[in-house]
Parts: sequence; C-alpha cells; structure tokens
Amino acid sequence: MAEQPVRQSALGAARATQGPHAAACLRALPAASRFSFRGSPPEAETAGVAFGVPFSLQSCRAHQTEDRAALWLGPDEWLLLAPEDAARAVQAALIRALGERPYALIGIAHRNTALEISGPRATMVLNAGCPLDLHTSRFPVGMCTRTILGKAEIILWRTASEVFHIDVWRTFAPYVWDFLIEARARL
Amino acid sequence: MTGPFRTEIGGRIDRTRRIDFRFDGRLYSGHPGDNLASALLSHGVHLLGRSFKYHRPRGVLGAGSEEPNALVRVGSYESRATPNLRATQVEIHDLLVAESQNRYPSLSFDVGAINDVLSPLFPAGFYYKTFMWPAWGWRRLYEPIIRRMAGLGRAPTAPDADIYAQRYVHCDVLVVGAGPAGLAAARAAAQGGARVLLCDEQSEFGGSLLSEPDTTEAGRNRLAWRAATLATLAASDNVTLLTRSTAFGVFADNFVALVERVTDHLANPEPALPRERLWQVRARQVVLATGAIERPMVFAGNDRPGVMLAGAARTYLHRYGVRTGRRIVLATSADSAYGVAMDLHRAGLTIAAIADVRNEASGPLAAAARAAGLPLRTSTHIAATHGRLRIRGATLARNGTGAREKVACDLLLMSGGYTPTVHLYSQARGTLRFDESLGAFLPGGDTGILQVAGACRGIFATDVAIADGAEAGTVAAARTDPGGAPQPVRTISVPDSGALLAREAPCDRRAFVDFQNDVTTKDLRLAVREGFVSVEHVKRYTTAGMATDQGKTSNINALALVANERRMDMAAVGLTTFRMPYTPVTFGTLAGAARGNLFDPIRQTPIHAWAEDRGAVFEDVGMWKRARYFPAARETMAQAVARECRAVRTGAGLFDASTLGKIEVVGPDAAIFLERMYVNNFRKLAVGRARYGLMLGEDGFVLDDGVIGRLAPDRFHVTTTTGGAPRVLAMMEDYLQTEWPDLRVWLTSTTEEWAVVSIQGPRARDIIAPFVIGIDLAPQAFPHMAVAEGTILGVNLRIFRVSFTGECGFEINVPADYGSDVWHAIMQQGTVFGLTPYGTEAMHVLRAEKGYIIVGQESDGTATPDDLGLGWAIGRGKSDFVGKRSLARAAMRDPSRKQLVGLLTSNGETVLQEGAQIVTAANGNASIGHVTSAYFSTTLGRSMALAMISGGKARMGEKLLAPMLDRTHEVTVAPAMFYDPKGERLYG
Amino acid sequence: MLLIPCPYCGPRPELEFTYAGEANISRPAEPESLSDEQWAAYLYQRTNPRGMHAERWRHVHGCGRYFNASRDTLSDQFQFSWKPGESPP
Repeated sequence: MAEQPVRQSALGAARATQGPHAAACLRALPAASRFSFRGSPPEAETAGVAFGVPFSLQSCRAHQTEDRAALWLGPDEWLLLAPEDAARAVQAALIRALGERPYALIGIAHRNTALEISGPRATMVLNAGCPLDLHTSRFPVGMCTRTILGKAEIILWRTASEVFHIDVWRTFAPYVWDFLIEARARL
Repeated sequence: MTGPFRTEIGGRIDRTRRIDFRFDGRLYSGHPGDNLASALLSHGVHLLGRSFKYHRPRGVLGAGSEEPNALVRVGSYESRATPNLRATQVEIHDLLVAESQNRYPSLSFDVGAINDVLSPLFPAGFYYKTFMWPAWGWRRLYEPIIRRMAGLGRAPTAPDADIYAQRYVHCDVLVVGAGPAGLAAARAAAQGGARVLLCDEQSEFGGSLLSEPDTTEAGRNRLAWRAATLATLAASDNVTLLTRSTAFGVFADNFVALVERVTDHLANPEPALPRERLWQVRARQVVLATGAIERPMVFAGNDRPGVMLAGAARTYLHRYGVRTGRRIVLATSADSAYGVAMDLHRAGLTIAAIADVRNEASGPLAAAARAAGLPLRTSTHIAATHGRLRIRGATLARNGTGAREKVACDLLLMSGGYTPTVHLYSQARGTLRFDESLGAFLPGGDTGILQVAGACRGIFATDVAIADGAEAGTVAAARTDPGGAPQPVRTISVPDSGALLAREAPCDRRAFVDFQNDVTTKDLRLAVREGFVSVEHVKRYTTAGMATDQGKTSNINALALVANERRMDMAAVGLTTFRMPYTPVTFGTLAGAARGNLFDPIRQTPIHAWAEDRGAVFEDVGMWKRARYFPAARETMAQAVARECRAVRTGAGLFDASTLGKIEVVGPDAAIFLERMYVNNFRKLAVGRARYGLMLGEDGFVLDDGVIGRLAPDRFHVTTTTGGAPRVLAMMEDYLQTEWPDLRVWLTSTTEEWAVVSIQGPRARDIIAPFVIGIDLAPQAFPHMAVAEGTILGVNLRIFRVSFTGECGFEINVPADYGSDVWHAIMQQGTVFGLTPYGTEAMHVLRAEKGYIIVGQESDGTATPDDLGLGWAIGRGKSDFVGKRSLARAAMRDPSRKQLVGLLTSNGETVLQEGAQIVTAANGNASIGHVTSAYFSTTLGRSMALAMISGGKARMGEKLLAPMLDRTHEVTVAPAMFYDPKGERLYG
Repeated sequence: MLLIPCPYCGPRPELEFTYAGEANISRPAEPESLSDEQWAAYLYQRTNPRGMHAERWRHVHGCGRYFNASRDTLSDQFQFSWKPGESPP
C-alpha cells in the first residue's frame, strides 16, 4: 500500500528560500487553513464571533489575532486564515454557530498559497507590477484587497508598515515569485 | 585633443576629463556633459546624416529632442543597436559607437543622392501616381527598391539583449519639464506639502537656464537660482527627481507615461540595471512646463549642413562651450534672434548679416543689436544658399525689389519664433487656441487637474516664467488638499510677442518644411491644389509631420502654408492630432519584464513535474501547460496516441484533468440558480448524483458544458471547460448579482483547490478500489454519473463516476497539494493492470469516437443544443433558463441549420483536415458545412471525422465531397457516434 | 488608464475592472411573452450615446462586484457610480 501523501507547495523548494536582502526579503509562508466565507453582514458577525476574529464590515480591511485573520474581500466575502491544523475546528465552529442560516463556507487551503515581502523597498518592488498607491497614507497597515501584480491577480494585505502578505492562486504563485525577484533586481 | 571649435572657458562640460568615442568609424573626443552632436560640432563636424527621400546632406538643426536631421544608429552589436536616435540626445561615453544612416557607401559620398537630382520626379504622392503598372510590380519590384533607397535607420536583426523595467508610481503633483517654470512649480508644490515628482528629458535639470547668458532681464543669476532651487528640492523628502526621463504620453485621469533612460549614457553600467524604465505615474495634479521649440525659416536651400536654429547655436555656446561656426548669417522673423546675435557677437563670432523678413525690427533686443553695429537688414529674406556638404554662403534679397546680395558664411541661423510644446496638453484633451501675436497654438486653459506654465503657454521671459511656474505649483498643491485654506489662483497672463509667421514662403522644391520627411513648400502647395483640404489629409499625402520627430519643427510652418494657400485663418485650418509618444519609445520599455518565462504566467498542474519526468510533450491551453502525449522511446506522436488509446479501451488509462474549471455553488437557492443558468433540470437531481450541464448564452447558442454534481441539498460541484472557467464564473456572477440578487447562493472558484486524476477503462475500478475509503464503488452502488465524498490514502476525496472516453471512468478530486502523491500511488498500483498515462491528444480521439463534443471545436458560437445533438439535455417543463427564449425563434429550428454528424472517408485512411469545407457532388462550389474534428482511430482501424453539415441529420448515408489540397475525397455521412453506440461499456 | 470609482472600494485603476455594457437593461421577467422583435431589442439594441453614458463595470480583480457608473464617452471622465438596485445620486 502506498504511503500517506505529503503536501507539496505550489512554490516548490526552489522558490521557498531566499536569503536576506537589503531592499526587500521574500519568503514563502507555511501552509495554512483557508476558507472563503460568503454571506450577509449578520451572518458575518456571528461567524466572526465563532472564528474568534471579528469580520471587518469596512471595505478593504483585515482583522487578526495572533494566529487567525479575517480579510474583507468584498461586501459579502471574507478570506479566513488559520493554522493548518485548525481547519476542522474552524469549520465545525462556524457550522455550529450559523445553523440553518444562509451562508457559504468553502475550503480553499490548496487553491491559494501565500508569500511575504518585507523590507524598506517592498512597496517599490510591488509597484513594478501593482498599480495601487502603496504609500502608508493610502494603503495603511491592516488594509487588504484583491488587485493585480503584472499579469496575475493577488490578494495584498499590509501586515506591518514594511511587511506585505500576498495570497495567490497556486498556479500563479511561481510567476508572482519570479516577477518580484526580477523587479527587486532592477531597483 | 579638444575640438578646435571649443570655447576656452564656460559651459556645463567637465574639461578636466576627456572621452573618446567613435562616429562612422573615426575616433573623436569630447568631455563629460557632451552629447554626440555637441562633441562632433566641437570638431567642426556638421554633416551628420542624409535625408529620407533625396539623400541630401544634412547637419544638426536643433539641440534637443526636436532634432529632425541628425539621426544616428548607436551600438556596435546588433543585439544592442538602436537606430534613429537623435545625436542631440545621445550622451557620449568611452564605449560609444555611433553611425550615420541612409547613405551608401559613405556619408560624404552617397550614391542615393541621385534622387536629389531627380527630385522633380518625386513630388508628394509620387508613388501613388507613378508605380501603377503592372499590377504585380508594386510588391515585387517598386516597393523593394523604394524601401532600399528611402528610409531612416535599419532595424536591428538580433533579439534585444537589454533588460527593461517598469514601475507604477503615485504623486500629488507631477511636474513635466525642469526649466525655470518647472523648477519653480516643483518647489512651490513641495513647499505646499505635496508629494512631488519632477521629470525632464535632459541629462540635467535647468532647461533654458543652461542655454542662456548668466543673468536674466531682471538681473537674476540663472545658474545660481537653478542650484539653489535644486538644493531645496533635493533636500525635501516628498520630492522625487528624474532626469533623462521623457513624459511621452498623457492618458485619462492624469495617468502619465515616462520613460527613464537609465544606462545609455554609461560606458560600464551595473549589469543588473535596466536599460530603460517605464514609469506609469498617476498624479492628482499635473503641471506641464514643457517649454517651446523654435521654428525654422522656410527658404530655398534651408537644409544644408551649417543651417541651424538660432537657439540651438546659443545652447551649444553656453551649455557645451562650442562655437557652431565663425561667420554667421541670421534669417529671422522674430525678435528672439537678436538676443542670440548679441550672445554670439560677444563670444567673438562674426555676424555677417541679419536678414529680418519683417518690415520693422523694433524692441529692446533689436535696438541692442543695432547699437552694437550688427549688420541688420529688414524686409530681407534668404533667396538661396550655397555649398554642398557645408554651407558656404547665402544670397539675401530685398522683399519685393529683387535686389540681391551674396554673403559668405559658414553658419546660417534661423529663427521663426517659438512654438509652445503643447503635445502633452493636447493629449490630455486640453483645447488649443491660436494666438496671432505669437503665431502659435496655445493651451486654452487649465483642465482642473492639469495646468500649463512658462514657455509652454507662451511666457518666454525667464523671470516671468519662474513666477508663473511658482503660481502653478502653489495652485496644484492646494488642489490636492481641498480642506485647506482658500484656493489660490493664477494671476499671470500671456504677453504679446513680436514673431511673424512665415506664411508667404517661396514655392520651391528645395525649400524644406519638414526636414525629416523631405517635404517642401512645393509638395504642400501641390497637395492643396490636388484637393486635399483637411490638414490630416495633407499630412498623410505629403508625409509632413510624420516619422520619428512627428513634426516638432515643421507642423506650424506646414499649417501656415496650407492656410495661406487656402486663404484661411490658422485657427480655421486647425492642427493635426497630437498622439503619443512624444519621442520614440523602445518596444523593450513597453514590454518591461514581460519576456521569456515572465511573458505570461505559466500555469502547471500538481502533476506537471511527474509528466515532465516521464517525457511528456506539452501543449498550451490558455496559460495552462497540458500533457499532450507521453512518447515511449523512439515513438512518434501517432504511435504514442494509438498506444494510449488502446490502453484506455482494453485496460486503463490515467489522465490529468486538473485544469478543468470548477465552481462550488453553495446556498439554499443553489438548485434554483443552476436551473436558471443551465438548460438542465437540477431541482430533482438527487444528492450523490451528477448531470451533464449545458450552458447557453442569452442568444441561445452553446457557451459551455460540464458535469455538475450534487454534494448536499445546498451544495453543488460544477465543472466547466478548461478555457471557459473564468467566463462562466463571470456570467454566473453577473446574473446572480444583477438579475437575481434575491437568490441566497454564493459562487467560489475551486479550479485550483482540486487536483483531478481521471482514470478510465475497463480496469479502472479494480485499480482504485483498494485506495478509496468510505465509498462502495460497485456498479450498482456507484453507477455512471454518481458522486461521493470520502477519503483516498487518508486525504479528502470527491469522486465522480464520469466518462469522457466511453469507458467506465472515475474522476478523483483531491486537494491540490496532494495531487502529485495520489497520482503516483495510483500509477504504482496500476502497473500490473497496464495502467497507462494518456494526454490530451488521446483524450480527443477517444471522445471523438463517442461523438462527445468539445465546446469551441464542434461549436463556434452559432450552434444550438439541437444542432449539436444535445437537445435531450434540455429539462422538460422548465419555464425559463438563460437562452430559452432565443431557442423559440423560428430560425433556430430551421431544418437546414448545420448539424453535427460523423463523416467516414471512402478509403478509410485519409484523415480529413479540420476546417475542410464539405460540398455536394451536384454543387462543388457551395460549402454546406465543415469538418470540426478528424483523427485516425486505432480502435476503429480507420479514420473518422465530426462535421457540422447543413441539414446533416437528414443526410445519413449520403455521399459528400471534401475538397482538400491534394485531391477531393469522397465521404459518407454517419451518426456522430462511432464506438459502442449502446453505451454498454460506459455503464458496465 | 482610467481611474474608476468602485462604490465599495473607492477609486481604483482600470486594470482591476472589466466593462459589462450598458446599465439599466433588465432581463424581462417573462421572456416567453415577448415578440421576437422585443426580444431582439433586449438582446442587442443599445443607446451608444455621445456624452454621458450609464454603464456597468465589474471590479473583478477587487471586490468582485458589478456596479453602475455614469461616464462621459467624450472625456472618459466618470461622474459617479452606484450599487446595483440603488438609484444614481
């Protein structure tokens, strides 16, 4: 009988490690549980309590605790992030809390993968392909949104003044990684 | 050696360092701060190129990006060469290699110059009129010859070895142009607290401050003011300064494209640096301080080397320390020329004559020139010039009287007044007005988000331009902070100027209006005489204002001539449209990093690496890479596909279907929603069952298909075609959000959540059954079109009993990160059963044997479900679904519509070409349909085809003809189902 | 590149959007009751004005929402945008 399958990251080993860099560091983030929560504000409020992180009702804002985060992606859509081993617990808690109320909870742990870019020139690297104004006055810490990087769609979330979390569909992740490495080399 | 025409002191060059560079193979020297034109002029070299059409010797006309003549090719390797660069903008360095263009065998002796002698034969539009016969002659004879004889530089033949980069940037105030007005605007905006970006196309900031004498009219020291302003800007955190950066395009909402030339001026740039960088700037406010360009005078022989714009000679003197000649004639219709004459006079050059076409030369500058004893002649024009590779003299003539005088000179300077550089303003859709006193079009005003300052709006005096720029900067900064104090306003108005537009120019085949395209006054008159009324048409017929300089020096003169010829006002004649780019932009800059593996994202499935190891040949399907076939040693594609098909029919095949689009449809109203989107019934679909779903557009034509499984009463797993996934999701969202917002259902793309391993064939069940936990796969328990959730090898599993081959098959969905290991485990397990990986090519053959359509291959956006034999899928008794109303149109039920059928060639071997037209024996000229898919089927031992044929269903058994390149083949119409028509294998 | 006012996310670059045609064209409640001509008008007839145009956009690479906007087809300037089901301001 075959062995238990092992998760293989979409970024692969070749792209997951990068040494320190004065302008911007890139690293693949560890596997996580991810859900797309869809529903109206009342359901979102209940779900936030069950999840342990309130869902932002303000557009383009994320809330987080130490190991969980809820990112506003649309007026009825939030991306939930939690540790890899918390998937069943999260699912169970939300199902229990919401009962028969209308909502959708979809597991997307494998659809997306995440990487992080940090450093004094991280915004400049991102702006090689992202058309948004990333000045802290326009894109403050805690802001999150779907947007474009080059020819890929990404979710961009500023977790600290010089740190950005990028969530991206798995098949676009190598492109995003290579694009950022290329952009960093051309500063 | 320092060039003999270099001044002893002064200029912005670093005389302590020498730079050696090559031009046309010869070594020359210059200094840091020089460009190619200034360095060559310092050696007395004026001849820099040959003209486009007549191959006339040409020299440097200007001193900046407006230069039409001195175009050179730079770079010694094909992979790094750039043609048509303006020598006036090419900075020299120790490894610079430049060449003149459009000459053979050499610049001073060019056989193409015969065209100049023959020029009476080549008026405007000559090729439209002349090369009419024979019909084949244009393509094979005339065009190749004309292309060789006429033209600008030669395009490089090797792929571009340079690197390019791009960047988006945002600012409160973008200031374009760093002359006096631009510098003042940037400083004022920065002091107002705005985030400022200041760019200039030149190698250093300053614009006209670098070209003019030390002190302004008001006694301000130009360079000291420049240095102080720059120091303030450099010390501000909120200011970004960009030299060598041309704003070449302005788009909606203050989106401005700049190209920064990062390394071209360096002999040994850092290898990682891009050659050029595209800056895509979004500015809340823009201030254009783009200056003005001097107009040439139009007279016979105004194009010889040594004929130059007056302001350019002044720039070479003050900025580069170069005397452009020794003995000078000035031809002018504007007061500004007298300032230049005084400058050159003070620098020790001889002013041989000043010919002013105006009847009077008043104003302080002319008075100063008179006082200095300069030989000023009013009512005088240039009748002719003399010399071949360099001007030797000019004939001056009194207006009207015919009195002539020949004056020897080695430099003839022209000043026809200044044309404000309104290109960017016009691109921003600002409206222009014609100002008679300036003889130029001026910006009509402020657009609310974009202002104009300085010479660009007709304010030429440095001190006034500085004040004007400062006001513009203050206003711009204030507008970005609407909550601030009362909004400041602009107070400075545009003064009159004493320039006269040269509307009465001689009609002469050597009086050039557009130097770059060899367009003369004669050509323009001819065009008007031949009935070209609109300036846009005159431009296209004569080519005036085209090519790399886009008429920067010629447009206004050309318009003036057209206006004169048509006895109209300039304002009524109007302007040709200003389009981007302001100066040519390399393709590399526009492409940026999007080359090679960054051209597009390359989407690979979790099983890609395995397939690559296995030697798969891939094909591109959208951005996806899909394994097409897996050749064993020395196998051809046909052999591999035959082997893969055989394995599926006799044992089992394994197929990577991960690219299939997947959408999870969840919510209490999910079934209702799917009923409206698809033609099928879904409300009655039981949990644990799946159904073939067919989606139409509202026009009734087939848009997409897939299998839809019900996992729970409120949860469906929908699959789409690989290419259709984003389109289907967008269409579903559109209906859900805008037509039926009351439905409580949500759509989520799960295409990438699941890796899909499809196992097909009579042994499929035996291979996977041991792995699958929690699901009974026996035929009765898990029949065709069943779906279930369980686990496989300990990971989550969604399994579908479906088939795109006609065999018993299963689609195993596992979380994508596990896809590779699960595939591997099944492959290992299946070895003893002859499990064979197969690719998309075998998949196509297998499905065609069963007559299963591929949307986009059998259908082309005009096929109804009935046309494709899929009418059975339409749910009975449904009151509505997307596309239903259109199906009710009479035309949609016309029996002569093209319908899906099979075609069998009579010889059984020929594989018809996909796309081949089908005709009847009775009428071989009228196509009645076409082949949509054709393959050789190993299973059948013969070729087969699917086709869309007019009235096809009623033609079973009919013989038709398929004309192909080799010969016409006879085909017989057959049902679109070649294999297992009863479906016994499918349900087994 | 246009700057498009998403009613949910604020002004954002055109790259994040897809155009979705003229606004205020509702799918008929009972398509079956329409004549062929009426149905064809619903499917194909559009105003294509020179000037202000009420149109639909989708912030596809943003919040994913379809919304309405009024844009001057001459200047490309957006006047305002509003959510589906709401009235223009």
